[in-house]
Amino acid sequence: MARITGIHVNGKHHAIDADAEASLLSVLRDQIGLTGTKFGCGEGQCRACTVLAEGKPIHSCLTSVGEAADKQITTIEGLAKDGKLHPVQQAFLDAEAFQCGYCTSGMIMTAVALLDRNPDPDEKTIRQFMQGNICRCGTYPRIIDAIRRAAAAMKKS
Amino acid sequence: MNKGSIPVTVIEPERYELRESPFYHFEIDRRDFIKLMGGGVAVFLLLPKALAQESGRRGFGFNEPLPQNIGAWLHIGEDGAVTVYTGKAEMGQNIRTSLTQAVAEELHVKVGAIQLVMGDTQLTPFDMGTFGSRTTPTMNKQLRRVAAVARNVLVELAAKRWNVSSADLVAVNGVVRERNGSRTVDYAELAQGQTLARAVVENEPLTPASEWTVAGTSVPKVNGRAFMTGEHLFPSDIRRPGMMFGKIVRPASYGATLTSLDDRKARAMPGVTVVREGDFVGVVAPSEFEAARAAAAIRAEWKSIPQPSNAELFDYLKSHAEQGRADYEAGSMKEGLASAAHRLSATYTIAYIQHAPLEPRAAVAEWQNDKLTVWTGSQRPFGVQEELEQAFHLTKDNCRVIVPDTGGAYGGKHTGECAIEAARLARAVGRPVKLVWTREEEFTWAYFRPAGVIEINSGVGADGLLTAWEFHNYNSGAAAIRTPYDVPNQLIQFHPVNSPLRQGSYRALAATANHFARESHMDDLAHLASMDPLDFRLKNLKSERLKFAFTAAATAFGWKTRKPPKGHGFGIGGGFEKGGYVATCAEVAVDPSNGNVHVLRVTTAFDCGAVVNPDGLRNQIVGANIMGLGGALFEAIEFSNGRITNGTFAQYRVPRFSDVPEIQPVLIDRKDQPSAGAGETPICGLAPAIGNAIFNATGKRIRSMPLVPHGLKA
Repeated sequence: MARITGIHVNGKHHAIDADAEASLLSVLRDQIGLTGTKFGCGEGQCRACTVLAEGKPIHSCLTSVGEAADKQITTIEGLAKDGKLHPVQQAFLDAEAFQCGYCTSGMIMTAVALLDRNPDPDEKTIRQFMQGNICRCGTYPRIIDAIRRAAAAMKKS
Repeated sequence: MNKGSIPVTVIEPERYELRESPFYHFEIDRRDFIKLMGGGVAVFLLLPKALAQESGRRGFGFNEPLPQNIGAWLHIGEDGAVTVYTGKAEMGQNIRTSLTQAVAEELHVKVGAIQLVMGDTQLTPFDMGTFGSRTTPTMNKQLRRVAAVARNVLVELAAKRWNVSSADLVAVNGVVRERNGSRTVDYAELAQGQTLARAVVENEPLTPASEWTVAGTSVPKVNGRAFMTGEHLFPSDIRRPGMMFGKIVRPASYGATLTSLDDRKARAMPGVTVVREGDFVGVVAPSEFEAARAAAAIRAEWKSIPQPSNAELFDYLKSHAEQGRADYEAGSMKEGLASAAHRLSATYTIAYIQHAPLEPRAAVAEWQNDKLTVWTGSQRPFGVQEELEQAFHLTKDNCRVIVPDTGGAYGGKHTGECAIEAARLARAVGRPVKLVWTREEEFTWAYFRPAGVIEINSGVGADGLLTAWEFHNYNSGAAAIRTPYDVPNQLIQFHPVNSPLRQGSYRALAATANHFARESHMDDLAHLASMDPLDFRLKNLKSERLKFAFTAAATAFGWKTRKPPKGHGFGIGGGFEKGGYVATCAEVAVDPSNGNVHVLRVTTAFDCGAVVNPDGLRNQIVGANIMGLGGALFEAIEFSNGRITNGTFAQYRVPRFSDVPEIQPVLIDRKDQPSAGAGETPICGLAPAIGNAIFNATGKRIRSMPLVPHGLKA
C-alpha cells in the first residue's frame, strides 16, 4: 500500500507516515496535531472539516492524504499571522457568531474562501455559499453578519 | 427494551424530572486540598442537606476536615489568582461566561481575572448534571453567594491588618481600600500566608439585579478567541502519549445478539487488537484509518429480534401505554364539557428526533495501573463517573472524568456509553485509546427525543372562556404538561410507555411536544369561538408575566398592525416552562404550486427574570428557534426492524442557512425577578406558531410534529 511521507500545511512541510488512503482530516489531527479542523459527519454533509487546498475549500474528511500530498493546505491554525487574527476570525469573535464553537473552524475556512472569490457578497450569496456548513446551535444569522463585517474590514485594509 | 446491546444503561434522570440531589461525600481531603491549592482564601458553598451537620461551623482552617456536600468553591491564591470550581459543564450555552460574570459581580474583580474549572470529577464538587435549565437559577446564585463571602473575608483581613472596622473599608476592582483614607491593599497581598476557609450558608447578601454592573451586561465569551484559532481542545481533540484509536463493531439491529465472529483478517493486520467481551466487539489500531479498516474486515453474524417500525409507531405507543397517573385534576370534566358552547377533541403526534450535536460522542480513556481517567463530552460528568465505576468496579478515587468544553449536547449527552467503550478498549490494550463515534453511530446508538401521542378534549363557553381541558400525553413526557390557561375543569395525565427506541432528554424535552399540542388546540378553539388567537389567549390567562410576553411578541411582530399577504399566514404560540415565559409569533409563506412552506419571520419574547447576559441570551433565543425549526418542520427519525433508516446528514435534514428566517428576539428584563435558565424554554413557542401560521394561510390544520416533512400536501 502506498505510503505518504510528507504534506504541506500552513506554509510548512510536515513529515508524516500515513496510508495514502487515510483521510487528510485524520492526518492533520492525529499526526500533525492540528486539531482545530473538526470531524462532524464523514459524509461531506456538514463541512466542519473544511480546509483550503490551494485556496479552494475541501472536505478534509473525504479527501485522502494521497490526493492532498502535492497541494498547499491551509487550516484554521494557519489564518492568524503573528498573533493577529485574520479579519474573518476577528469578525466571528466580534459578532460572537458561535455558541459551542465546534462548527466555527469550518465556517471560518469556508467564509475565507468565499471572500477570496467575492469580496463583497450579498446575503443571498453568503447563504448559498455557506449552505453546506451545519451549525447545530443555530448561529447562522450571526455568521452571515460576521461575514459581512469581515468583508467590510477587508475592503478597508 | 432495545437496550440489550448497549454495555451499560442508566435511567435518564431528566425524563421524570428528578429534582433531588443525592447526598454526597466530597472527595478531596485537606492534605490534597493544600497540595492542590497552596495557601490563600477558600470559600465553600454548602448545600442545604449539609447545613444540619455544619451549623455553628462557619469558619474553619485548611487543617480541619473539609465539610461534606459542597456545591462549589472559590479559591483566591497567594498570587491573587481567582479560581472557581463547579461541576457544571459548558457545551455552548455560555455558562462559563455567565458564571464568571456572577463571580466578578460579587467579588469585585475583572472578568478576565477569574478562571473557572468545570466538570472535572477530581477537582470540582459533585454536581448532578448540566440540564433542566438549572445552572442560572442555582449555580449562578450559589457562586454569587460564594464570591460575596470571599469579598467580605478579604475586607475583614484588611480590617484586621489596619486595625479598623470593616465598615470603613470597601472592595473595588481587586483591591480593598479605606473609604476615607489612602491605604489600599490588593487581594493577592491579603491572601498571602493565609490558609483560611469559610463555608457559605443560605441567605448571604447578594447585590440586587438593579445594582449589577458586570452581571446583566453583554460580556463576550470568556475564552472566545480559542474557538477562532482552533486552539480550544474539545473532548474529541484530546491526545495522550502513546494513544491508539478505537472502533466498535455494532450489532446489525437493536437488541441483536452475536452468533458468530470471524476476526482473522483484522487480527492479521499490523498493530491491530480485536477486543471481544460477550456481544461487545471492538478494535484498537495505531490510527483511525487502520481501526476503521480493521473493523470493516470483521465478519459478524447477528441474530435479530422483531421490532416495531415508525409506520406503526403511534398505534404502538397508545397500545403499550401504562396506566397514566393524574398529574393534575380539578373540577369535573363532565360538567365542564356540558357547559361548553364549543367542544373539540383532537390527537397530535410527535416523532422521535435526534440531537445531532456536531461533535459526536467522543472519549479518550487512559488507565494507569487500576486508575482510570476519561476525557469525554458529557452533561453529567459525575453520572459518567458513576457508570464507569459500575462498569469496571472502581472506587471514586480511581475513576476520574474530565469534561472539556463540549461541541453541543442539547440534552443528548447525559450518558457515558462512549466513555465506557473507550475504557474497555484501553484496558484491553494497556494504552490510552480515543474513540469518536461516527455520525451514523450517533444517529443510531445515541438516544432520541421521545416520540409521543397527545390527546386533548376541551370545551369553551359562549363567552370565550375555557370550561374544560383534558390532556393525555403518551410517552413524550410530562414537562410543561399543565396548561397555563385558567380552566376550572381539568384532567391532565402522562402515560409512560416502554419506548421502542432508546429515548432521553432533549432541549426543553417534552415541553416542545406539550406546547405544540396545547397551543395548536388553543388556536382551533379561538377559531371556534370566533376570536383573534392572541385575544383568546389573553382572555384565558391569569399569569401577568405570560400575558406580557404574548403582548410583547405580538407588538414587536405587528400581529394587529400588519396583515399577512395572500398565501402567507401569521401564527402565535407560547407558554411557561423552567421559570421562563415565552411567546413566539411566526409568518409563513405557502407555495400553492408545490406545497413548500417557508418560515419568513419569527419574533420571540422571553422573560427569564433578571437577564444575566443580554447578548448571550439573544444568541440562545435565536439558536433555540433555529434548532426548533428542524423539529417543527422536517426532522423525524425513521426506523424499521431495529434499524435507523435515515441516519446520515444526507438523509436526516437539519436546519441550514437557507432555512433561516428573520428572527427577532425580544428580551423582557425583569430585574425584580430571580434569573431563570434560558437555553431551553425559548424553543417552545416556535412549532405551534408555525403550525398556526400554516392554518392561517391555508385553513389546513396539521397535528403532527414535524409539520411538513415533505411539504404541504393538497
